[in-house]
Amino acid sequence: MIAKTLKLIITFHTTTEAMSMEACCRAEGADGRLIPVPRSISAGCGLAWCAAPQSEARLRALMESRQIVFQDIHRCII
Amino acid sequence: MIYFDNAATTLQKPPAVAQAICQALASFGNPGRGVHDAALAAARAVYDTRAALAGFFGAENPRQVAFTSGATQSLNIAIKGVLRPGDHVITTALEHNSVLRPLYEMEAAGVSLSILKSDPLGCISYAAFEAAIRPDTRAIVLTHGSNLTGNLIDIARVGAIARSHGLLFIVDAAQTAGVIPIDMQKMNIGVLCFTGHKGLLGPQGTGGLIVREGVRIAPLLSGGSGVKTYSKAHPDDMPTALEAGTLNAHGIAGLNAALAYIRENGLDAIREKEQALMQAFYDGVRDIPGVTVYGDFTQPQRCAIVSLNIRDYDSAEVSDALAQQYGIATRPGAHCAPLMHQALGTVSQGAVRFSFSHFNTMEEIRTAVDAVREFAR
Repeated sequence: MIAKTLKLIITFHTTTEAMSMEACCRAEGADGRLIPVPRSISAGCGLAWCAAPQSEARLRALMESRQIVFQDIHRCII
Repeated sequence: MIYFDNAATTLQKPPAVAQAICQALASFGNPGRGVHDAALAAARAVYDTRAALAGFFGAENPRQVAFTSGATQSLNIAIKGVLRPGDHVITTALEHNSVLRPLYEMEAAGVSLSILKSDPLGCISYAAFEAAIRPDTRAIVLTHGSNLTGNLIDIARVGAIARSHGLLFIVDAAQTAGVIPIDMQKMNIGVLCFTGHKGLLGPQGTGGLIVREGVRIAPLLSGGSGVKTYSKAHPDDMPTALEAGTLNAHGIAGLNAALAYIRENGLDAIREKEQALMQAFYDGVRDIPGVTVYGDFTQPQRCAIVSLNIRDYDSAEVSDALAQQYGIATRPGAHCAPLMHQALGTVSQGAVRFSFSHFNTMEEIRTAVDAVREFAR
């Protein structure tokens, strides 16, 4: 298994919103990648954006400017 | 074969469409059901297509684009998901059964239905919309273009009427999407229903509905959503709310390639070519003795459709003879447009519909005009 570190995890209500986040971050060169939602956050399925904790401010600003609707922002060790 | 049945489905697609579908078949996982490379490849293609469609139709956001199997499914979702017993809804005699039959079902469930009649050319009076509005009117459901006559309705004008009375405007763009410009925001369209396999040049089994933000549609289906697995209720966030089950990502990838083709070649250029072909055919057949052409050809823009009859001949026999003797593919019969045929007086005879694509040629048009002239002798 991969060594666990502290991560920023952003969840969304829909897969479409998660894909919108990926498209936006790719276009802007922002940090992160899509991962399955960790069990510690939700027992349901779905996609989440995983990035380094220090990226939070930039990602929040990006989501606001691009009108991407997120569900929650978490910090967890995964 | 000379293919003039493009109002049923466009036969010739841009080569990139088949290439995209083949590539998708060999590489796509399930969009939104995992985060491995194959699933993400499918999810990215689906998202890119949503974004392309949102831009193409002047929608607010890709999340408002829900994919379906085509316009019929979209219209069923919109009509049955919005109307409730006690509501009044306005539609027209131009409609396809994909509008009429869901509305008749809703009528049986307690919705009041007004159907605006057409004149002998198949046109609707815009004043009739205003006159039909009542205090309990909830929506106007309307085709953008008749699949029988090719007549267009000015949806910007009807959209303005809907706006001034606070009505939801649901548009069936089955015959116009990909050819006639549509801007949801400028035209005040609440729900735009489209199919992918006609003017949009995509594969069959693709289509969707685009829903203005704030318009709530109760889902027709519930089931797998890829999110909120342990909730007993299907998620109500768009577009997941209207997309229970696995999407046709392979087909959607093809639709995306078709959209790219339309962008590269230009909607206006495609439409002008189609209009020129239609006009040449109309000019060639309109004065042939024994030929009756249906529809209003004074409209500045119309669908690339010419429906006609030759003397009192059965339209099915004419269509079959065109196919057998000239290799010309047309559509006879009633075209799933019962009220339009009633208005034109063609219920028993039907009509032979010629519908054109920008891939057709003037040489094909001349062959078809000669064939009609020969049959009318």
